[in-house]
Amino acid sequence: MTPEQIEIILIAVVVAGNCALVGTFLVLRKMAMVSDAIAHSILFGIVVMFFYTRSLASLPIIAAATLTGVFTVVMVEGLVKTRLVKEDAAIGIVFPALFSIGVILINRYAATVHLDTDVVLLGELAFTPFDRLMIAGHDMGPRALWLAGMVGIANLTFIALFFKELKLVIFDAGLAASLGFSPLVVHYGLMSLVSVTAVSSFEAVGSILVVALMIAPPASAYLLTDRLGLMLILGPAIGGISAVAGYFMAFILDASIAGSMASVTGIFFTAVLFFAPQRGLVSLMRRRRRQRLQFAGEMLLVHLSRHLGQPEEMEESSIEHIGRHLRWEENFGKRVISHLLHQSLVRLNAQKDRLLLTERGKTLAEERLGN
Amino acid sequence: MLSSFIFDFFFDYTFRTVALGSLVLGFVSGTLGAFAVLRQQSLLGDAVSHAALPGLVLAFLISGSREPAVLLAGAIAAGGLGMLYVTMITRHTFLKQDTALGIVLAVFFGFGMVLLTYVQRLPTAGKAGLDAFLFGQAATMLVQDVVVMASLGAGALGILVMLWKEMKLITFDPHFASTMGFPTRTLDVLLIILTVVAVVVGLQMVGVVLMSAMLVAPGAAARQWTDRFNKMVLVSGLIGAGVGVTGSVISSRVARLPTGPTIVVILSGVVMFSLLFAPGRGIHFRTRIRKKQRWQFAAETLAVHLLNHEGSPEEATENSLTALERHLGWDLIFAQRVARWAVVNNLVSQTDGSLRLTSLGRETAKKVMVR
Repeated sequence: MTPEQIEIILIAVVVAGNCALVGTFLVLRKMAMVSDAIAHSILFGIVVMFFYTRSLASLPIIAAATLTGVFTVVMVEGLVKTRLVKEDAAIGIVFPALFSIGVILINRYAATVHLDTDVVLLGELAFTPFDRLMIAGHDMGPRALWLAGMVGIANLTFIALFFKELKLVIFDAGLAASLGFSPLVVHYGLMSLVSVTAVSSFEAVGSILVVALMIAPPASAYLLTDRLGLMLILGPAIGGISAVAGYFMAFILDASIAGSMASVTGIFFTAVLFFAPQRGLVSLMRRRRRQRLQFAGEMLLVHLSRHLGQPEEMEESSIEHIGRHLRWEENFGKRVISHLLHQSLVRLNAQKDRLLLTERGKTLAEERLGN
Repeated sequence: MLSSFIFDFFFDYTFRTVALGSLVLGFVSGTLGAFAVLRQQSLLGDAVSHAALPGLVLAFLISGSREPAVLLAGAIAAGGLGMLYVTMITRHTFLKQDTALGIVLAVFFGFGMVLLTYVQRLPTAGKAGLDAFLFGQAATMLVQDVVVMASLGAGALGILVMLWKEMKLITFDPHFASTMGFPTRTLDVLLIILTVVAVVVGLQMVGVVLMSAMLVAPGAAARQWTDRFNKMVLVSGLIGAGVGVTGSVISSRVARLPTGPTIVVILSGVVMFSLLFAPGRGIHFRTRIRKKQRWQFAAETLAVHLLNHEGSPEEATENSLTALERHLGWDLIFAQRVARWAVVNNLVSQTDGSLRLTSLGRETAKKVMVR
């Protein structure tokens, strides 16, 4: 691998890790779509500041974009507070408005200078190694890597300092407020971090795919664990792995790197969605089937124990009658019976056409009847 | 200006196509958007529009044609698939809809980018026009595009009208609908599919990023003007159509003014105006009502005060403004203003600084006491 390739992968991994870190809190606070809104509306701040600085690579741009991001959130909250529109509609109104103004400004006034909407929307990871950070004539490495690294440190510092507060605000904002923590400070701190992270990432992956990196890895992590600390490790790890895998996928297909990274996060999420040990769809389905079988089996035990020693016992315990009586489909009935036989809760009589309760079966039926 | 506008409408092919196209698209997305806003699914459109990209590209890859009907079919299929995935995630896991939307939006779009970069390398492809997809290409619309979109839109609206009662019911009270035996899940999916059609149809006008505004803004604006459902949907459609035409006309008259963003900025203006000035709900209206209520309440308090002391020995001292200061805790200026309000509204008459109830004032005070 060439040094450029290694640098690209490094940038991708750091960016993905950053995104997943702040994204965790967005997913937990049910604010996932806010990332989409912020990522788009920062275009407005970038454009306005660009007219002053004439360069994309500057701190003022980052500051302006961050402000715009926070402003977006404030606007959305302001609209919601009027109670004239719901939150989803407020988001859907605010960010397209800011984004549109940004696009119009670019088209009207920046057509001759180098500021392309594509750059902001789609990014281009492959170009990032060519933009070097030079200090006193020394090549310090790609600027994007430095930027992403700094933002990463800022994110980690904020989360480490306010871990307790963040946790409290996420899970019980009311309690946090009554204990004297200001949910507002934590909230706007977090929104600023999301904005900074979005700006620092857009050059690499663009403002649309930032959403994939911010939401999909934390959502996957959420399906795997209940612990916030673990989520904060798993999310960035999944993001980082997706970044590396995405890079190689793009390399093999000769396709868009950012697109491939987003696709891999999607594949990862889908895999987790189906196969997560506790919450995956497959284990969910199996658990439901097992519970259904178990419940039906217990019904059958109760049925048998009810008629035990009664004159109609012969008829009521015949396999043929049971299916009709409990209105089971033939196959399901067979499965229930074999399940019970397997657990030796019932046994067959000598003619193999009737079910007899074993001692264990009797006890369980009694238990289920509550005596 | 107007005459040239009329002239162009009849004789300028491009202009007429664009104007008609945006009229149709605006009406369709406005109408279905009203449902999305009421059902609090405003961000659905955002996710659908992004999710359509892989479908567009795949349709092109498989068929090799650029027929709008083929591409739209692909886009609708992908958008629909994305929404099914969202439904699956929210139904079977504890992840919320915003998370599911964010994942589908960004991951599908990322996958679309991968496909697109792949297509662009094919010798047969030529420039596949990601820009057009991102920002719309109203200016290049052909009559056959408009015909295809109009028939799709008409189909969607036709189904909506046929199932009007059912759609209304699942919008306002899905639980009631399901207890009444309506197939709510099927209707839900159907309404989402209709929304997908509206979004895909609108893509050509405003592009991916801004499509959500086309859906949300007319609905949010219309909601402020009426509480009647039928009226709201109609108003929403008309706002969409009107702004669509206005925006496309303005952008065609002014150099370097892209159509989609222009439409969205005007739409946002309409939303702002509606939020501020709509009768009954608007912010301006509400502050006026609140002010009026404040004066009314104070004047009623004054009337009760006067009634209490009417005919008693201390009446002569209690009906002066200074007594109000002492007794009701009002400062003199406020007391004066309340007295003036009460005089203007004929509750009280004022002679030589002493206040006397009018017969209307006496009646009002008695009513307030009962209350």
